[in-house]
Amino acid sequence: MTSVETRPVLRVERICKKLGGKQILNEVSFELRKGELKVLIGPSGGGKSTLLQCINFLIPPDSGRIWLKDQEIHIHRKRDLYAYRQKVGMIFQDFNLFDHLNALENVAIALRKVKKMAKREALERALQELNRVGIGDKAALYPAQLSGGQKQRVSIARALAMDPEVMLLDEPTSALDPELIGEVLTVIRNLAQDGMTMILATHQIGFIRGLADEILFMQEGQIIEQGIPLDLLTAGKSSRTQSFCSKLHELSGEQEL
Amino acid sequence: MLETVQVIKDSFPYLLEGAGVTAIAVVGAMLFGFVIGIQIAVAQVYGAAWLRRAVGLYVWFFRGVPILVLLFLFYFGLFSFLGINLSALASVVLVLGMTSGAYQSQIYRGAIQSLPTGQLKAARALGMSDSRAILSIILPQALRLSLPGFSNEYSILLKDSALAFVLGTSEIMARTHFVASRTYQHLPLYLMAALLYYLLTWLGVKGLRYLEEKVRIPGYSYHQG
Amino acid sequence: MEADFILQELMPALNRGLLKTLLLILPSASIGLCVGVLVGTARVYGHPLLKKLGDGYAGLFRGTPLVIQLFVLYFGLPNLGIYLEPYNAAVLGFILCTGAYQSEYVRGALLSIRRGQLLATQALGFSTLQAMIWIMVPQALRRALPGCGNEIIYLIKYSSLAYIITFIELTGEGKILATRYFRFTEVFLAIGFYYLVMVTLADFGLKKLEKRLYIPGFGKG
Repeated sequence: MTSVETRPVLRVERICKKLGGKQILNEVSFELRKGELKVLIGPSGGGKSTLLQCINFLIPPDSGRIWLKDQEIHIHRKRDLYAYRQKVGMIFQDFNLFDHLNALENVAIALRKVKKMAKREALERALQELNRVGIGDKAALYPAQLSGGQKQRVSIARALAMDPEVMLLDEPTSALDPELIGEVLTVIRNLAQDGMTMILATHQIGFIRGLADEILFMQEGQIIEQGIPLDLLTAGKSSRTQSFCSKLHELSGEQEL
Repeated sequence: MLETVQVIKDSFPYLLEGAGVTAIAVVGAMLFGFVIGIQIAVAQVYGAAWLRRAVGLYVWFFRGVPILVLLFLFYFGLFSFLGINLSALASVVLVLGMTSGAYQSQIYRGAIQSLPTGQLKAARALGMSDSRAILSIILPQALRLSLPGFSNEYSILLKDSALAFVLGTSEIMARTHFVASRTYQHLPLYLMAALLYYLLTWLGVKGLRYLEEKVRIPGYSYHQG
Repeated sequence: MEADFILQELMPALNRGLLKTLLLILPSASIGLCVGVLVGTARVYGHPLLKKLGDGYAGLFRGTPLVIQLFVLYFGLPNLGIYLEPYNAAVLGFILCTGAYQSEYVRGALLSIRRGQLLATQALGFSTLQAMIWIMVPQALRRALPGCGNEIIYLIKYSSLAYIITFIELTGEGKILATRYFRFTEVFLAIGFYYLVMVTLADFGLKKLEKRLYIPGFGKG
C-alpha cells in the first residue's frame, strides 16, 4: 500500500441507472484517491459491471455526477468525453482485443490514431508496455494465437499505454482458465505496488486481502458495506462481505495467492 | 397524368401474362439447373480426377461468361450450328439452366462437403453401395442445407430472366419495352415492371422459405457443426 | 476461321470494345464499393432513419433486375426531362446496383464483429468515426472480401448490359461484327473468352489479396 493524497482522483456521486425497467444502480457514490486500490465485490447481477461501465460512460448513467480530479465530466461534450476516456483505462472481462491487429498493434493503435503519436514512437512505447506485462516476446502474434491470460495482459498493456489516471478492471480473470489466472493477478499486483489508482471488480478474495485499500460490497445496485479488508474479511466478524466470501470460498476452494 | 393511368391500366393484363412467361422460364431453368448442379456437385466431391477437372471446366466457363453473351452464343450460334431448331423461350430455359447449374453445383458441393465424413462411412458399414449412400443418406441432408442458397439462386435467376427479351421472348421485360416504345410512357411502365419483379422475388422467396420450414428437421442446420 | 478475319476484323473490334468495358468497370467497381461501405456502415451504426433509408435502397436495387434499372435511367428519366448519356446512365446504374449488393456484404460483416470491440474503442477514447475507420471497417472489409470480390466479378459480367442502352462496349462491338459477317458462334466464343480472361484475372487478384490480408485465426466464429 502506498501513501495516499487527500484530493480524490475520481469522484462518483449518486449514480443511477435503470435498464429494462429494473433499477441496476441506485445512488452509488464513492471516491478514489491517488494510488488507492478499491475492490468491488458482491453477487453477480449486483451492478458491479454496470457501475464500472457507467464510470466511463460506456453505459450512460441516468443521473449522477462524475469528476476526474477537479473537472466534472459532461457526456454531451463529445470532445471532453473522448479526452476523459483516454485518462480512464478499462479492462474487460472478455479482453476485447482488436482481432485484426497483432499484440503490438493492439497496444499502438490508440496511441497513433487517438493520441496522434508518430508510428515509430507509438510502436516503441507499445513494446515497452508489452514488456512491462511480461509478453514482449509475443508482440507479433495475433489475438487468436494467444492464450486467455496473454490476451488479458495485452489488454492491460493497451490501457497502460494511454497513461491513465485511473484504471477500471471489470472481473479481469473471470473468463480465464484457473491455471492462467495467476499471471494476470501478478500483473495487477505489480501495478498496485507501483501506485496505480484502480477500482477492481473481482471474485478473487484471497488476492485482495493484502492488497485492497477498501472493499465495497455491492448488492442490488447499492454499496451496502464498505471498509478495510481487515474489518470486513476477518473470520468471526458478522459482515455481509464475510458471509459472502466464505460461501465463495467453499464453492471454489480458491487458494490464497 | 390521366394518360399514364390509362396506359398502365390497359397494359397491366398484358404485362401480367408476361409474368407467366417469366415464371415458366425461371422454373424451367431452375429445374434444369438442379439436375445439372447435383450431378456436377457429386462428380466434384466423389468423382475421379479427370471427371473433376472436366466439370470444373464447365463451371469455370459458365460462371465466367455473361448471360447476354451466352444467350447470343447459343441462340444465334451453337444451336443452329448443331442443327437444333429451338424457340427463343426454350433457348432461354436451356442457357439459364446451364448457367444456373454451374452456380447451383457450388451450393450443393459446399453442403456435401460440410457433412461429417462419418455419415458415408456409416452407410457403407451398413452395406450400402456408394451411389445408394449418396442418394439415401448424403443428398437428403445436403439438399436441406442447400435450401437457403437455392432461394438466393432463384432471385438471381428471376432477375437474369429479364435478359431473355434480347431474343424476343415475350416475358415481362419484352412486353414492357414493346408498350413503352409505342406509348412513350417509359418511366411508369418500367417502374411497374420493376414492381412485378419485386413481387415475384418476394413470392418465390416466401414459397421456398415455406418449403424450408416443411422439410426442417429439429436442430439440424449448418451451424451445428 | 481464317487468320485475316481474326487479325483485321475481330481482334481490333473486340480490343476497342474491351477498352470501353474497362472504362465501365473500373469507376463502377471502385465507386460502387465505396457506396457499399458507406451504406453498409450506415445500415448498422446509423441513425434509425438512415438505417431505414439504407435498407430500402438495398432492398429495391437487389429486388429488381439491373436491366430495368438501366432502362429507367436511360429511357425512363427523359419522361421527367432528365437526359443521360448512355455511358453515364450505365455507370450510374452499375454503381447504384453494385453498391446495394456490396452494402449487404459489409453489413453482414459488421454485424459479425463482436460488440465488445466497439466498447474497447470507446474505453480508449476513440471517437465513433475513428473507431469505424481504424477498427470496425478494416475488420469488416476482411470478412466481406470474398463476397465483395464476387460482386466485382458479377459486375465485370453484367457490364455487358451497357450495350442494351446503346453504349457499345465489348459485347456490343461483337454483336455488330457477328451480325455483319453472320458469324455468331466464332465471334461470341471469342467474346466469351475475353470475359473469361477478365474474370479469371480478377479472381486470381482477389485470391492474392485475400492471402495478403490473411490474419491467423481471423474470421472464424
